[in-house]
Amino acid sequence: MYNYLDFEKPVADLEGKILELKKLAENGEAVDVGDEIKRLEKRSRDALRDAYKALTPWQKVQVARHPDRPHCLDYINGLFTDFTLLAGDRSFGEDNAMVGGFARFRGESVLVLGQEKGSDTKSRLKHNFGSVRPEGYRKAVRLMEMADRFKIPVVMLVDTAGAYPGVGAEERGQAEAIARSTSTSLGLKVPSIAIVIGEGGSGGAIAIAAANRVFMLEHAIYSVISPEGAASILWRDTTRSKDAATNMKITAQDLLGLKIIDQIITEPLGGAHRNAEAVISATGDLIAKTFSEFAGSNIDFREQRREKYLAIGRSL
Amino acid sequence: MNWITNYVRPKINSMLGRREMPENLWIKDPESGEMVFHKDLEENQYVIPSSGHHMKISAKERLRFFFDEGRYDVVENPKVVTDPLKFRDEKRYVDRLKDAKAKTGMEDAILSGTGTIEGLPVVVTVQDFAFMGGSLGMAAGDAIIRAFDVALEKKRPLILFAASGGARMQEGILSLMQLPRTTVAVDRLKEAGLPYIVVLTNPTTGGVTASYAMLGDVHIAEPGALIGFAGPRVIEQTIREKLPEGFQRSEYLMDHGMVDMVVSRLEMKSTVANLVKILVKAPVAAKAAEADILPPVVPVPERRPQA
Repeated sequence: MYNYLDFEKPVADLEGKILELKKLAENGEAVDVGDEIKRLEKRSRDALRDAYKALTPWQKVQVARHPDRPHCLDYINGLFTDFTLLAGDRSFGEDNAMVGGFARFRGESVLVLGQEKGSDTKSRLKHNFGSVRPEGYRKAVRLMEMADRFKIPVVMLVDTAGAYPGVGAEERGQAEAIARSTSTSLGLKVPSIAIVIGEGGSGGAIAIAAANRVFMLEHAIYSVISPEGAASILWRDTTRSKDAATNMKITAQDLLGLKIIDQIITEPLGGAHRNAEAVISATGDLIAKTFSEFAGSNIDFREQRREKYLAIGRSL
Repeated sequence: MNWITNYVRPKINSMLGRREMPENLWIKDPESGEMVFHKDLEENQYVIPSSGHHMKISAKERLRFFFDEGRYDVVENPKVVTDPLKFRDEKRYVDRLKDAKAKTGMEDAILSGTGTIEGLPVVVTVQDFAFMGGSLGMAAGDAIIRAFDVALEKKRPLILFAASGGARMQEGILSLMQLPRTTVAVDRLKEAGLPYIVVLTNPTTGGVTASYAMLGDVHIAEPGALIGFAGPRVIEQTIREKLPEGFQRSEYLMDHGMVDMVVSRLEMKSTVANLVKILVKAPVAAKAAEADILPPVVPVPERRPQA
């Protein structure tokens, strides 16, 4: 059973009916429902296609935050082998909202970093819903510096509503930790790839999102502030989140148009959560393709990255 | 505004045939409530003489007080695309910009200048809170980057006065992109071995702190300034608790190791000049007679407001 979004109601109804019929058939209470199920399945596929044909920005926000959406650890488990999780910033603590470790990607050594939101109550609490504290960003800095020293490329999986806003986080220099992480990722001599797999929430996201290549999933969002935050500040009315989502241009398609991201990774029909395996493998193929492009080139990755960011907005 | 100001005062004024008094001749100290004559305040760099409270100050005034004899060359800010997202909330962004320009006489929130402080050539860039809350958009981002480019080219230290509510939301993701963009500029200056001094003024919050404002070689804060990543309101909503006294104020940040010192605006120039001269190994000025030797720089505790 999926967690259905409000705009998926027709799909939910049809899939509910299919499930019911299948159950009846199994219990021998109904006969010859095969054709009816087939007919309903086609209708539900069509309904799903209709629902996802032209998602509004607000609907994309909902898909990007879908509880069943594959998260950072799903990608790590699906794409990397010999993953070795490393912990701690060596000055305060360990932050499970930021996951990081060295691994192999199709045989080659890589550093993987990403925000993990968690997939059930227990893991969500463990990972603080993907909201990173300063120690998480400082761990990222530590690991990136290590990757640079060992000449190991970096893959960053971005998925956070934002950095954690708390008293302790402020006391320990949340802002400085984010700035330092952004600076370190921009200054890497090794190649880097960032992929916004769900939510790219503000400074908390940019800390690990500045890379040589930045990709976004088809229904991911990337924004300076959450639509709810923008609605409360700009409209002074939290019910205007839909307007904020629309006006702020936060979709992958908008960002490609503004030349902020390099490419969009297509999601399966009905969103990444309907076929995690497919979207994870598509992501892996793009990572592999990008690394092979990097391998064949003779560029200064730090300079390329810096110039890429300086150029943003200058040719709009 | 109430019945007295809206109705009674104009009536009395019209009866007496008196011209409306400009309202800003006397400025109220938000701490003590004391009224200070504007000339006295201006002479004291907008620091209330009795309480030491630091009022907001325009970018232009800031540069005038900071540079030797108030003289400097303005760094021309690059032109950028206006309103790329065609943004509107309750108001159109282009109208907000128009209002801010009319109110401040600035093109955007950044004013930069080159000149000398105590004889040392430097580049100074100032964020003006009066221009849409000093918010960081494409224009401000590019202006900051230009200032860093000038410093790099002229091999001069850069001093940045931060004052900002954060990213300019009306520019959406393009404002967020100013975080990495300005960070590149900061890193290049540092790699060239040039000092980068950040002066944090009231208030400096949001995305600005998550980039250039927290990447200085040295962080100096004006007394009582609000400095933080998340706004106090957001934190209160998240933790559902009252925040501790003095939370996110300059003195609190110094206690937590985020700023090097809290310095009064009146001593800012001598503090920065002294420090930067040491960093660039400037020779001790020959004319420096004993009387000219700067007193050691220490934060003045009695100037700290009981925030």
